[in-house]
This record gives sequence, C-alpha cells and structure tokens, in this order.
Amino acid sequence: MDRIPILKLEESLLVTIQVDMHDRLATALEEDLTNKLVSTRARGVLIDISALEIVDSFIGRMLDNIAAVARILDAETVVVGMRPAVAITLVELGLSLSGVRTALNVDRGMALIKRRLAEEADADDED
Amino acid sequence: MISSDTGVIADLVRHHEGDILRQWLDLQKRGGTLQTGRIGEAELTTQSGEFLQLLRDGFESDTADAGHAAFAPARETLAAISRSRAMQGFSPRETATFIFSLKQPLVEALNRDNSLSATAAARLMWIVTSMLDQFGLITFENFQRAREELISRQTREISELSTPVVKLWDGILALPIIGTLDSERTQIVMENLLQSIVDQGAEIAIIDITGVPTVDTLTAQHLLKTVAAARLMGADCIISGIRPQIAQTIVHLGVELNVVTKATLADAFTIALRRTGRAVTKVKAARTEQRRQPDEQDD
Repeated sequence: MDRIPILKLEESLLVTIQVDMHDRLATALEEDLTNKLVSTRARGVLIDISALEIVDSFIGRMLDNIAAVARILDAETVVVGMRPAVAITLVELGLSLSGVRTALNVDRGMALIKRRLAEEADADDED
Repeated sequence: MISSDTGVIADLVRHHEGDILRQWLDLQKRGGTLQTGRIGEAELTTQSGEFLQLLRDGFESDTADAGHAAFAPARETLAAISRSRAMQGFSPRETATFIFSLKQPLVEALNRDNSLSATAAARLMWIVTSMLDQFGLITFENFQRAREELISRQTREISELSTPVVKLWDGILALPIIGTLDSERTQIVMENLLQSIVDQGAEIAIIDITGVPTVDTLTAQHLLKTVAAARLMGADCIISGIRPQIAQTIVHLGVELNVVTKATLADAFTIALRRTGRAVTKVKAARTEQRRQPDEQDD
C-alpha cells in the first residue's frame, strides 16, 4: 500500500501531500504520524497541501484529528499552502479547522512553529 | 406604379428641399429638441439635412420599402443618430420627434403640388406615411438597443469596481466592500481575496465594510465565511468600518463575530502594521530634533 513519507526536519515533522488523498491513505497517514511523533519526540508538524486540489470532509476531519492528536503529544500543527478553491470548499462544508494553525507556505509555516516553540521556551524560563 | 410614385416624391423633395428642411427644423425646435441643451442647432441642422438627402436618394431608386438596400445609408444614419441620442440621455419621445416631425413638411409639400390628382396624392401620402412609420420603428429599435448596451455595460463596470483588493503594504491587503453583500458577490469577493493572498503572499487582510448599508445574519455569515477561508490559507483577517447602527444590529441579532474588529480602516491598518513588526511614527518630531542638534553645537 502507498504511504505518504514523513520527514524529520530539526524539531519538526514535514509531510508533503503530493498525491490525491483517498480515505485509506488518510487513515494511514494519521497513524504513521502519531507513531513518528512519539518515536522522534518532534515538537511540530508541518503539513504541506499545496499540491492537493480536492479536499472532502473526510480529509478535512483528518487534518483536524492530526492537530488534536499532536496537541496531546505536545506538538504544534501547521497546515500550509492551501489553495483558494480548497479553502472555499472547506468553508462551504462547514469545516473551519479551528484547531489547526495555517500559513501561506512552508517557509512561513516553519517560522511559525519556531516562534511558537521559542515562546513556550520563554514561558518555561519565566516559570 | 409605385416606381413612378417614389420618383415623384423624390422630385418633390428635391424641388422643395429648403422649405421642407426649414419647416422640419422648426417643428423639431417647437417639439423642444433644442431646449434640453443636449444638442446644438448646427448639429441638428446637419443631421436633418443629411437624413433628408439620403431619404431622397432612397426614393429615387423606385422602392417604398424602408428595408431595401437603397435606403441602407438612410437607415444607418438614422440608427447612428438614435444611438447617439440614447447615449446623450434623450427621452424616447424626444428621439422619436426627430423622424415623426418630418411627416408634416412632406405631406404639406405634397398638398402644395397642384399637378397631382386626388387619387395620386392619396397614394403618395400613404407611401410617405408608411415609410416614415417604418423609419420611426428603426429609430426606436436603435434607441432601445443603445440604452440596453449602456445598462449592461454599467452593470459590468459596477461588478468589476465593487470588488477591488488593494495592497496597503507588503503583506497587508485591504478589501473595501461597497454595496450589499449577497451570496453571489461573496463568492466573487472571496475568490478575489484568496487569489490576491496567494499572489502577494499576504499575511493580513483587512475587510472594510464602511460601504455596506446593512448587515443581517446572512451578510454576517458571508463575512465569517470569507474570514474562515482566508484563515485556512494562512492569512489573518481584520474587519473594519463597522458603523454604530451595524454594531447594534450585530449584537441584537446575536451574531458572534469571532474576528478582530476595528472601528476604522486606519485602526485596522495600525494593528496590521504592528503585527507585521512595523510602526508608524511622526516624522516631524525626528526632524526638529535633527535641526536642534547643529544649533546646540553652535552654542
């Protein structure tokens, strides 16, 4: 079965979705990512969906789930590169992905994760 | 028979051209064509003279059908005149006066001609009347068409003008919405905004609703949808330009706007600048300081 590769970059996991997502692939990604989060103790998850042209409610919920799982495992999830058409579809479906952070591209997404981690570190220092 | 009849009319027009034109212009002026100030006397005279000449040329070719090729120049001229009047804002009555006031001078010219028998005069009169009626229809068709073109062009322009996305600064976009926000416009606005966010790599989009007359639950929902879509793309939205009545309406309707809102576009811009790590400062203070420094050195 196809699997979507998960790369580790510094403290984060990088997932680039290049193929059309089907439901089984999405479930597999969710599982793999959770395992990888635990094994690498990564603090951030970056999901690049700039190549994704079609998103249905299942994929939308998957993104939400990944973010929720990552939060439990103390990691920040950022979805980057969403296309305008995809954004409109998700909004029309009523999925605003409120638990997910978003950024325009991978660069900004990475910066966002780093900033969040730095803020957390600062907060820890103050405590 | 008709062939000679039209020839007679052409002759008649040729002989009395000056009289007919003068009387026609007179009638048009009495009809109030010049009073509106939309057209000058010289222009009116040129138009009338040109049309009368073309009409006469048409009659010379032995046909009493306004759709015939012989009348093509007359038709075109008339169409051009009707169109220009529609654009100048003439009323349908004023436009139709042009062609219908020609009827009386022509009929009177016929009456003055004593050489015609009663039956011939009646026949010629019928030809003249029916011809002018046909031209009247052409006038009106063209007038109407020009007005419709004008309206559809304005509609198009309005829809183009109503959804501009303005770049305020690097990474800061503004979307001033003017007019009612219905589903169809929301779609266009949303697509425009999202595409601009991608094109310009914007971080913050300010939606200014100063020009939105009323906000109901549906409008609020549309706004929130736009905000949510922009957020999914990774851009933050600020809603500005909320007028007092609208703020009250939103509260009364129980709509929750979970967005950063600011009273004016200026406030929203300040926040946007701050968030992107910029600030606006007065130049004046800095300048006076610079000026003071050399003074102090002199002392």
